[in-house]
Amino acid sequence: MANDGGRLLIVDDNKVNRLLLSRNVELLGHRASVAENGRIAMEMLATEPFDLLLLDIEMPEMDGFEVLEALKAEPALRDLPVIVTSSVEGLDNIVRCIELGAEDYLPKPVNKVLLKARVSSGLEKKRLRDEQKELLRRFATSEVAQDLEESGFAIGGQRVYASVLFCDIRGFTALSEDQSPEAVIEVLNVYYALSFEAISSNGGIVTLMIGDGLMAVFGAPQAVENPAQSAVSAAQNLMEMMSDFSRERVANGEAGIRLGAGIATGEVVAGYAGTDQRATYTCIGTTVNLAARLETHTKTADCEILIDEETRAGLSDDVSVRPMGQVSFKGFSAPVDISSINPADE
Amino acid sequence: MFRNDDGTRMTNNTIDQAVYGELEEATGADFVAELVATFLDEAPGMIADLHDAATQQDDDRLRRAAHSIKSNANVFGAAALAEIARRIELDGLDADSLKILDTEYARTSAALKAKLDG
Repeated sequence: MANDGGRLLIVDDNKVNRLLLSRNVELLGHRASVAENGRIAMEMLATEPFDLLLLDIEMPEMDGFEVLEALKAEPALRDLPVIVTSSVEGLDNIVRCIELGAEDYLPKPVNKVLLKARVSSGLEKKRLRDEQKELLRRFATSEVAQDLEESGFAIGGQRVYASVLFCDIRGFTALSEDQSPEAVIEVLNVYYALSFEAISSNGGIVTLMIGDGLMAVFGAPQAVENPAQSAVSAAQNLMEMMSDFSRERVANGEAGIRLGAGIATGEVVAGYAGTDQRATYTCIGTTVNLAARLETHTKTADCEILIDEETRAGLSDDVSVRPMGQVSFKGFSAPVDISSINPADE
Repeated sequence: MFRNDDGTRMTNNTIDQAVYGELEEATGADFVAELVATFLDEAPGMIADLHDAATQQDDDRLRRAAHSIKSNANVFGAAALAEIARRIELDGLDADSLKILDTEYARTSAALKAKLDG
C-alpha cells in the first residue's frame, strides 16, 4: 500500500481537524499536505501535483464551494477528485457540493473505514483519468489532447492561418524492398521519433502518418507566432538529425537515407473530421494540397525543402532562400512561385 | 442533566467513552494526547470568537465559530458540548445558550485534561 500511496491535500481551517485527517490519511499509507483555507489550497495546487483533495466547506477567505468552482474553471485541475469532509448542516449543502463536482461527501468526524474506501476509489478514478489522458496524448499529440480537454469534442472545422509541412523518405519503396521488414520498421521508428521531436519542439503537430509520409501543421489547434518560420525550422532540424543518422548508416555499410519536404502557408480549415465514434484532427484546403505537391516536386527539382511564396514571405532574413521560378502544379489554375531552402542553415 | 459533584461521573457523562476509545484505537493513544492538547490550546480562541460574534451580532461569524466547536467536540465524543454548539449553529442564540456552552466547555476541558493526566 505504501508504494501506491497518493498525494493528498487536506484543506481545513481547523487545526484539530487538519491533524486528525492527516494522521488518518498517513495511517492509510498516503502522503498528506495541509492548507488552512481555500486560497492557500489553490496556491499549492498551482505549484505541486496532488492526486486527491479532502475539502472542508466552512472556511474563511475562500470556502469549499468557491474552491470547487475554481477547480472546475481550471482545465488542469478539473479532473482532480475532491472528497468533501464537513460537518456542515443541511442536505442542500451536500447536494450543492456534488453538483459542483465533488466526488463524494464524508460527514465529520470522519469514519476511518469509509475514509479508506472513498480515498481508494478517488485515487483509482484519478489513476484512470491520468491513464486516459496519457492515451489521448499518445494518439493525438498533447496540443490536440489539450484542445479536446478545453473545448470538448465536436465534428467540424474552423478557418485558421497555418503552415503545412509534408515530408517523406526519398526512395523508400526501393529501400524497403532491399531490407528485412524488421530493419525497415527500425528506420521508420527513428524517422518518426526525429520528426515528432523536430515538429513538436517548433510548436507543430503531426496530423497524419502513412508509411514514410507525414503531414504536420503549425498554427492549429494552438496558434504559433510565425507558422512559416516554425515549419521551416522544423524541416531543417529534422533534415539535420536525419543526415547524422544517415551518415551512421553509411559508415555501417547500409544505404543512406534522404528526405524531401514541402511547406505551404495560408488559410486552412482545421478541426475534427470523421464520425462521433472515430474521428481525427486534420486540416484541409488548397494550402494542404500545395504542400503535398511541393513535397513531390522535391524529387523533380532535386532539392530537399521546397516552400511556396507565402511561406517565404514569413521567414526571417537570415534564412537563405533560393528562388526556383514558377511551377504549374496539378489542380492549381495559375503557376506557383516556389523557392528552395538549404536543409541546414549555416 | 449533568452532575457537578462527582468527578468520575462527570467524565463519563461528558466524554463518550466509545467514541474516545475508538479514536485512540484508530490513531494511537500518543496521537490522541497530542490532539487533545491542540484542542485545549485552540478551543478558548474559538469560544472567545463565539462570544465576540454574539456581542457584535455577527450571525455568520457566530455560526462559523459554533460550527468549529461542534466539529471538534464530536471528534472526542464530547456530545453535550457538540449539541449546544450545533443548536447555536442552526438556530442562533437564545437567552442562556452561551452560558450553557461555557459550562459544557468547562466540563469537557476538565474531563479531557483528566484523561491526559491519567
